[in-house]
Amino acid sequence: MSVINSDTTILEKEPERAATSRPASLARRIGGLSDRAIAWLFITPTIALLLAINIFPLIWAVRLSFTNYRANRPNAVVESVGLQNYQRVLTDSDIWIAMQTTAHFVLWTIVLQTLIGFALAYLIDRKFRGHAFWTTVILIPMMLSPAVVGNFWRFLYQPQIGLFNYIVSYVTGVPPSSFEMLGSVSLAPWSIIIVDTWMWTPYVMLICLAGLRSIPDYIYEAAEVDRASAWRQFWSITIPMALPFIMLAVLFRGIENFKMFDMVMLLTGGGPGSTTEVASITLKREAFESWRTGRASAFAIILFVAVFGLANIYVKALNRVKQR
Amino acid sequence: MKTMCRPLLGVTMALGLSTALPTLAQADELTLCWAAWDPANALVELSKDFTAQSGTQMKFEFVPWPNFADRILNELNSGGKLCDLLIGDSQWIGGSAENGYYVKLNDFFDKEGIKMSDFAEAAVNAYSTWPKGTPNYWALPAMGDANAWFYRKDWFSKPEIQAEFKAATGRDLAPPTTWDELLETAKFFNGKEIDGKKVYGAAIFTERASEGITMGATQALYPYGFKYENTTGKYDMDGAVNSEGAVKGLEAYKELYKCCTPPGYTDAYMGETLDAFKSGQAAMAMNWFAFFPGLAKDENVGGDKIGFFVNPKEATAASTLGGQGISVIANTDNMDGALAYVKWFAQPEVQKKWWQLGGYAVHNSVLNDPSFKDSQPFAADFLVAMNQVQDFWQEPSYAILLQAAQKRFHDYVVADQGTAKEALDGLVKDWTEIFEDEGKL
Repeated sequence: MSVINSDTTILEKEPERAATSRPASLARRIGGLSDRAIAWLFITPTIALLLAINIFPLIWAVRLSFTNYRANRPNAVVESVGLQNYQRVLTDSDIWIAMQTTAHFVLWTIVLQTLIGFALAYLIDRKFRGHAFWTTVILIPMMLSPAVVGNFWRFLYQPQIGLFNYIVSYVTGVPPSSFEMLGSVSLAPWSIIIVDTWMWTPYVMLICLAGLRSIPDYIYEAAEVDRASAWRQFWSITIPMALPFIMLAVLFRGIENFKMFDMVMLLTGGGPGSTTEVASITLKREAFESWRTGRASAFAIILFVAVFGLANIYVKALNRVKQR
Repeated sequence: MKTMCRPLLGVTMALGLSTALPTLAQADELTLCWAAWDPANALVELSKDFTAQSGTQMKFEFVPWPNFADRILNELNSGGKLCDLLIGDSQWIGGSAENGYYVKLNDFFDKEGIKMSDFAEAAVNAYSTWPKGTPNYWALPAMGDANAWFYRKDWFSKPEIQAEFKAATGRDLAPPTTWDELLETAKFFNGKEIDGKKVYGAAIFTERASEGITMGATQALYPYGFKYENTTGKYDMDGAVNSEGAVKGLEAYKELYKCCTPPGYTDAYMGETLDAFKSGQAAMAMNWFAFFPGLAKDENVGGDKIGFFVNPKEATAASTLGGQGISVIANTDNMDGALAYVKWFAQPEVQKKWWQLGGYAVHNSVLNDPSFKDSQPFAADFLVAMNQVQDFWQEPSYAILLQAAQKRFHDYVVADQGTAKEALDGLVKDWTEIFEDEGKL
């Protein structure tokens, strides 16, 4: 017993010794600064960087949103315009169309990515032969740069030489040059949804897979003992227990796609006409092509508040699901 | 603390040295900014003479066209020191003059004996003056340019195609001289099989993001009578921008796009129309004169296979202006060097060499030379085009005015939204709002 007691004492004291010895030695090296001072010394650069590149621009943008400031007119007098920029943004029909386009894009990409991503995760979770290899293959699209993806899908969608049109032609018998995925008003929004789904479904799959693998086997075993069918197990165990993970994936993809810019810009540039002009492209045009910096700031603040508000509501819902 | 101080001191010194060294090097070095395209290579070659004469090393910052305006205007707006000299687009001159980005060159021209009367009048007006038509010079005309056309001369020369065209239209097959003829010719070639390959009528500008479709559509609008204002300087656009002629012009451009462009050319600008032509897909194509020297020398479609023609007329003769002037950036650290370059560039013998290398000189000594018209297969057309050019707004707010036009034209021509009249009425509304914001209306 004495041996055990002695070991326990040593084990109990070790973390305490480690915790106290290191700061003491560090403090000696830095000239007798207190623990709090050392902590601040290390945190200050990060806080300063955060303030400089996140918080300050945000506050500055709020300030600019109430002015007529234009970044390409540095010598012009900057005047306060009150809420005029906000009023103009909220009553601009083009901006509302861009918001509708964004909503359409976000909605369909989330629906498709969640359904396909969960289905893939469910299959991969079966642990069939070679599942590790196929998991890696499925993950490849999300490892690529959006710039690369955008550019090569432009070629795939090319009506004369594009592989996509030839595959569709092979399956349906429609001549490949008879339809333009990127140039048609009705097809262009779907062409972007297809690319985004192709690229980001693996990401949703990964999160769903983590959810599925977190479900303890004994719950299924108990259900089997109770003679629950596979269908019943799926709806009563798998879905409810994986739901927080699915909701998390939806949250991440929702936020990401709400501010989608690179892929749309590379594939269609917002066209044909303004058919695929999502909110972030309108914002870029307003800020860096039209140079209405004040109005663009107001638009950016509105978008920020919308995303922030929606994300908060969603996170509350997510927490409720987790608590059940 | 000493152990922390040493690395900090080292980093500070390294940063200090790295920022100081370029400044030291700037005394005998100039950076010239322009777009990345064929004439830029000719300018690099030409500038070697300046380096040989002055000892000043030339650096070049060439930006691809789709990003040229974004990149350089951001540079100017942020007060950057990237460029000492800038060959900037003609539409930038109003904003750059009013915001103090360019140096006003009148005193310098007077001192050095550089006369604007030595350059083509249209070029001086377009590339150098602000306000327009006044003798206030902010640039030296550097590169004359206009939108024009080229065609497959070898196809036009085939007897069987000529006979078929005659039977179909009742006239001889020749480069179009009116927009009606252009449409008719494009429709004739569209879908035809030539040398075992399906070909299309014409490759035209439809690009949405920067300026493409506006530069293409105005090529149709101007000949049909489109004007920016009823009275110059009054900003009274209703009845000019959306006139009956302008509506017909926009309809003609859409008709050409719908009937006769190769599939997938919904967002095409300079590079894409060149590709369509060089790959043997298009019987005709539009592009800037700047590309014509390269096209004329092209192994596959150049030489005897290519012909050139100036923009067809309709109610009037007109071409969309391209081209740029060379300006000195106001916050350059090497003002003397930059001005010395402009002085050197303005010399008649330098201008002659500029033309020989593939740049479009607009110095009268070059243009009025009796041998000029025969010096290149497109030289005569260039002279005609430069005498009928019209330019987009050159106002300080040109970027917003351009974006409005891009949207309205692309919505109507490519995306099939509304009518030509609605598009142009919408444009009047957009432009009126912009000028009201500017306090000009």
